[in-house]
Amino acid sequence: MAEIRFENVKKTYGEDTIISDMNMTIKDGSFTVIVGPSGCGKSTTLRMIAGLETQTEGNIYIGDRLVNDVSPGKRNVSMVFQNYALYPTMSVKGNIEFGLKNRKVQKAERQKLIEEVAEIVGLTPYLNKKPQKLSGGQRQRVALARAMVKKPDVFILDEPLSNLDAKLRQQMRSELVQLHAKLGTTFVYVTHDQVEAMSMGDEIVLLDQGEIMQMAPPLDLYNYPANRFTAQFIGTPPMNLVSVDQLPSAGFREKAVEQIGFRPEKAKLRHFPGNDQFSMPCTILNRETLGSEIIYQLDTFAGKLYAKTFNEPVVDDEQLFVSVNNEDIYYFKENGRCIAPYFNRETPIKVRSTV
Amino acid sequence: MSRWLERFRPYLMVAPAIIVFVLFFIYPIGYMIYLSFHEWDFISPDKQFVGLDNFAGLSEHPEFLKSLENTFVFTFFSVGITTVLALLLALWINRPTRFYGFVQGAVFSPHIISLVSIAMLWMWLMDPQYGLLNWGLEMFGLPQSQWLASPETALYSIILVAIWKSIGFNTLIIIAGLQSIPPHLYEAAALDQSSRFTSFAKITFPMISPTLFFLIIMNLIGSFQVFETIDIMTQGGPLQSTNTLVYYIYEYGFRFFQLGYASSAGVILLIVLSILTVLYFFLMSKRVHYQ
Repeated sequence: MAEIRFENVKKTYGEDTIISDMNMTIKDGSFTVIVGPSGCGKSTTLRMIAGLETQTEGNIYIGDRLVNDVSPGKRNVSMVFQNYALYPTMSVKGNIEFGLKNRKVQKAERQKLIEEVAEIVGLTPYLNKKPQKLSGGQRQRVALARAMVKKPDVFILDEPLSNLDAKLRQQMRSELVQLHAKLGTTFVYVTHDQVEAMSMGDEIVLLDQGEIMQMAPPLDLYNYPANRFTAQFIGTPPMNLVSVDQLPSAGFREKAVEQIGFRPEKAKLRHFPGNDQFSMPCTILNRETLGSEIIYQLDTFAGKLYAKTFNEPVVDDEQLFVSVNNEDIYYFKENGRCIAPYFNRETPIKVRSTV
Repeated sequence: MSRWLERFRPYLMVAPAIIVFVLFFIYPIGYMIYLSFHEWDFISPDKQFVGLDNFAGLSEHPEFLKSLENTFVFTFFSVGITTVLALLLALWINRPTRFYGFVQGAVFSPHIISLVSIAMLWMWLMDPQYGLLNWGLEMFGLPQSQWLASPETALYSIILVAIWKSIGFNTLIIIAGLQSIPPHLYEAAALDQSSRFTSFAKITFPMISPTLFFLIIMNLIGSFQVFETIDIMTQGGPLQSTNTLVYYIYEYGFRFFQLGYASSAGVILLIVLSILTVLYFFLMSKRVHYQ
């Protein structure tokens, strides 16, 4: 059990800066997900916690211990790799046992620990098999068992589900969450999949180009995005953004508002302009019927927008109006910062068009 | 007509390869086995059937037994030392920097030089009076060696040349084997507190063992047929000390023109090589594939 603290951590490779000045505290016992587009530095961050990479500057603490110069094996950290990295020459048992042997754990004790974890992950019948005889899901469990058996302070997982098929991934997702609840250890989980991040994490660190965009619980990230990047990264389809220049009239300039945004699921499709503050005529370009929900791609004079409806009949008229409640609108300044939707609610947005 | 053609087309397609194979591989081997039961001097029209007399003669001929012994000694030391040194070298120079790239190229270069040139070069280096090797030994105050001139050291000198020639190729193949090991395994091992020695013994070595096995069998087959260096450097001498199986066959066949007798020695070589080949395929089929 331990919290992880990053203090002004910087990582560069030659000329390239991967992480620039990272400060964060991953709470003890939390399930923290580091998410971001590829190349954002999330794996590097993880590998620095494990000690597989050394930061160029700054300090990393695990618990109260400064681990800058501590070798990976001595950090009491366990890692699950994306491709599992199981030792192909050893049996399942050998894989789980390897770390214990290196730690000089007594044989009887090892046997007990192995039986324990094998029971938890359901591998008992496979202990004497070689990893290459197992299915993807079973290999995943071996990787988990190998990590768990060491009883680490911190459990780190690098895109562990990306090699599994969709159904198995769903299943492992909930198993991992349950496992976390059972162990109570700090989990740090890296993924590029926002669905995984939102569904598993109780704290999400959103990274872009080596900088933390926002660190918050999933719903806060969704409801109160700190900036344009967060707003667009979380949610499918992403948040609609409309430049204020596209809007016929508005007093945004003084407040340095550059764009307004709203979530597709908050957009309403109507046959009439309605009384909402934001309303635009639109035509339907494309329709994705996913069952309980329908995603529309709309063409408006302000560009292409998305709308998403739940359990509503399909709209197939050509000419429609898209409107949004005032409280569902987000305002973005020129630097991309979000002025929360709770800012200045009474300011009307007069975008009712006559087009 | 067209159906006939359709049916035989595959046979026609493979016919050239089969004909070449039969003419230049199967027929000579068969003819050699046939000759091994006969006495023939290459010229006279009649070949006299002698049964197993040639083989009986071989088993009593000290020169043949010496050549067999030399072949085994040569094979044992050249293959053993080459494999161990190549493994150590590969572990040392398998690094991504430019310097080690240069070292890899340098180590590999003997492989692309003709064996004849190498033999000439080493003869000069090993010359007891004017050779560079003795000069070097003298400079460090070490006792000089007679190298190829003494029966005690000649075979080991030839082994030294064989090692020098083959080590680069072996090193390169082992490096390729090392590079095919996923780096994640070593990271996992680092997190498992594995020492460098444990990582080598439990991960690296088992992972490259199929490669090593392949190399050892190939080297064994090659070493059993050593000929060029012997022919150029010592002609089997001094005092038969470097006479090997293939050189023995060559001498009796094409110098003394005892074709039947040489063929029976050839059959012995064929049997040894066949055993190695069968062993290779048998173990290859059983070997574990790590994927």
